[in-house]
Amino acid sequence: MDKLIHPAADAQLIEGNKSLHQVTEDVFQPLERKASPSWWLAFGFASTALAIGLISVVYQIKVGIGTWGLDRTIGWAFDITNFVFWVGIGHAGTLISAVLLLLRQKWRTSINRSAEAMTIFAVICAGIFPLIHMGRPWLFYWVFPYPNTRGSLWVNWRSPLLWDVFAIGTYFTISLVFWYVGLLPDLATARDRARGIRKKIFGFFSLGWTGSARTWVRYEMACLLLAALATPLVVSVHSVVSTDFATANLPGWHTTVFPPYFVIGAIFSGFAMVLSLMLIARKVMGLQDYITMKHISAMCKVIVFTGTIVGSAYATELFMAWYSGNPFEQFAFNNRVFGPMGWSFGIMVLCNVIVPQLLWFKRIRSSIRSIFLITILVNVGMWFERFVIIVSSLHRDFLPSSWSSYRPTWIELGTLLGSFGLFFTLFLLFCRFLPMIAASEVKSVLPKSTACPEAESKKEAA
Amino acid sequence: MSSRFHYAKFESEQDFLQAARSCRSHNLKVVEAYSPYPVHEIGEILGISRSKLPFVTLAGGTFGLGLAMFFQYWTSAVDWPINVGGKPFDSLPAFMPVAFEMLVLCAGLGTVAALFWRSRLYPGKNRKVPHPRISDDRFLLMVEVQDASLPPGFVEGLWQQHHAVEAWTRAGEVQ
Repeated sequence: MDKLIHPAADAQLIEGNKSLHQVTEDVFQPLERKASPSWWLAFGFASTALAIGLISVVYQIKVGIGTWGLDRTIGWAFDITNFVFWVGIGHAGTLISAVLLLLRQKWRTSINRSAEAMTIFAVICAGIFPLIHMGRPWLFYWVFPYPNTRGSLWVNWRSPLLWDVFAIGTYFTISLVFWYVGLLPDLATARDRARGIRKKIFGFFSLGWTGSARTWVRYEMACLLLAALATPLVVSVHSVVSTDFATANLPGWHTTVFPPYFVIGAIFSGFAMVLSLMLIARKVMGLQDYITMKHISAMCKVIVFTGTIVGSAYATELFMAWYSGNPFEQFAFNNRVFGPMGWSFGIMVLCNVIVPQLLWFKRIRSSIRSIFLITILVNVGMWFERFVIIVSSLHRDFLPSSWSSYRPTWIELGTLLGSFGLFFTLFLLFCRFLPMIAASEVKSVLPKSTACPEAESKKEAA
Repeated sequence: MSSRFHYAKFESEQDFLQAARSCRSHNLKVVEAYSPYPVHEIGEILGISRSKLPFVTLAGGTFGLGLAMFFQYWTSAVDWPINVGGKPFDSLPAFMPVAFEMLVLCAGLGTVAALFWRSRLYPGKNRKVPHPRISDDRFLLMVEVQDASLPPGFVEGLWQQHHAVEAWTRAGEVQ
């Protein structure tokens, strides 16, 4: 991995020959200014989408999930697609903050904070869908194993749906804690810069951080340990999500390749989402010196690498369906590619396998516009991957008389839009009120000799 | 016995580190150091030993794993055994995913709780920050000197030699 992403050259990580103070100013000034018109515009769009989503959710809870396009054959469709999509988006944040920390990839410092925030928001979005799908979300606590008056009737520990509860719950908690611990030094900076009520708030949340050497030593150890825990966690989460399907006896779902295939797909889509957001954020927030072409290029390489693995996973599935000699398996995949839902398979292959391959070309990899377009297409493709897996496997089951088709209703589309609204609303609030870049970490990767030009010139004078 | 605390503020990591090194070579006791980002060598100069947090992580993980395995076994095989798809009541491999998640959860929360406990970080804590720009771009060294063990002006000279931008002292009691 080290070779893959420019070997030495830490000097190019942060452009503009910044001093420590300059980094602080660049990161914290946006929080202390009034919001720009472009922020308000984006926030307006995001919160409108959120409002549409809220209306849809309230309506479907009031009326019931008969407002969805499901029937007896297709019992899972849009909501589970969205759930898997959002969980997957979250995975890149953990990968950047934990795996790249363990691999000592210094380029992660500029993007880890916002990628982790993205993880948390994406998991919130994901969690909403199973909650709504319960039909009676106010009884959600039934999924927890608590002593109850029904016996106690305990939960079924052998069900992957219960594993999901624990996996997503742990993932959300650990991501939130990891993110918060990472924020502490920067919250202290915000506290030391602020006055009045802002100082009180940042003072409360920075827990009395002083930057003493003893605390730094423990802090770094804690971050390393959390990273070491988060790395297998992130692999486990999407593996568990994949068992929702893989443990079912349904052709198209019942495959052992699912756990690694889902994990790599999650990293693929997550990196695409991080990159799309970073490309917008660096422009809107003026962070071009921190999120440089080097970061963008490194993320492009991860995308083309994981995209290729995803492509080979599709090929493996198709090959195994043919090679198994199982007529039901063969039918499921034949139907997936050439059946009435074949168009969605086409979109999936085009967006996930073919389009990312363009990133092999340096000319495309250095054009912001084409990268942005590719990352959007990858996200579209990865959404369709889940749709293909779920709907195309379900809609023509073992009994031709029960074959059916699926079309989302406006309520379902409104909920999907609402989840994007929620995600972007939370992300925009984060950009506005918290330091988007881990300033203390960026300071530690600045080239030491140029870190303090004032001190250098003083030395010469002396 | 009274002693004096000498503080010096630096603008660069190099000056800060060199000053700390030369304090050590003159057998001065560096009691605390503050920096805007972790400086690795300084822990060694202060004589801070390797953090013992990994043991907390291990303990938390073991607790989470044990608790989850025991609880799943007890609920499915002892308290109310239910036949699910003809699987054995004590199907331990099927309990692994939840046990693993509980391992990670307890280990992670335990580690962070230990970090906060040991570093005395808690919400609303009103700790006096030695200098408001430490969290921005300044480095601070704090040296303890027992009375009359050094020629006057010795520490100040040392600070000057290493380009300290500001230096001050404070009397203190030895604890």
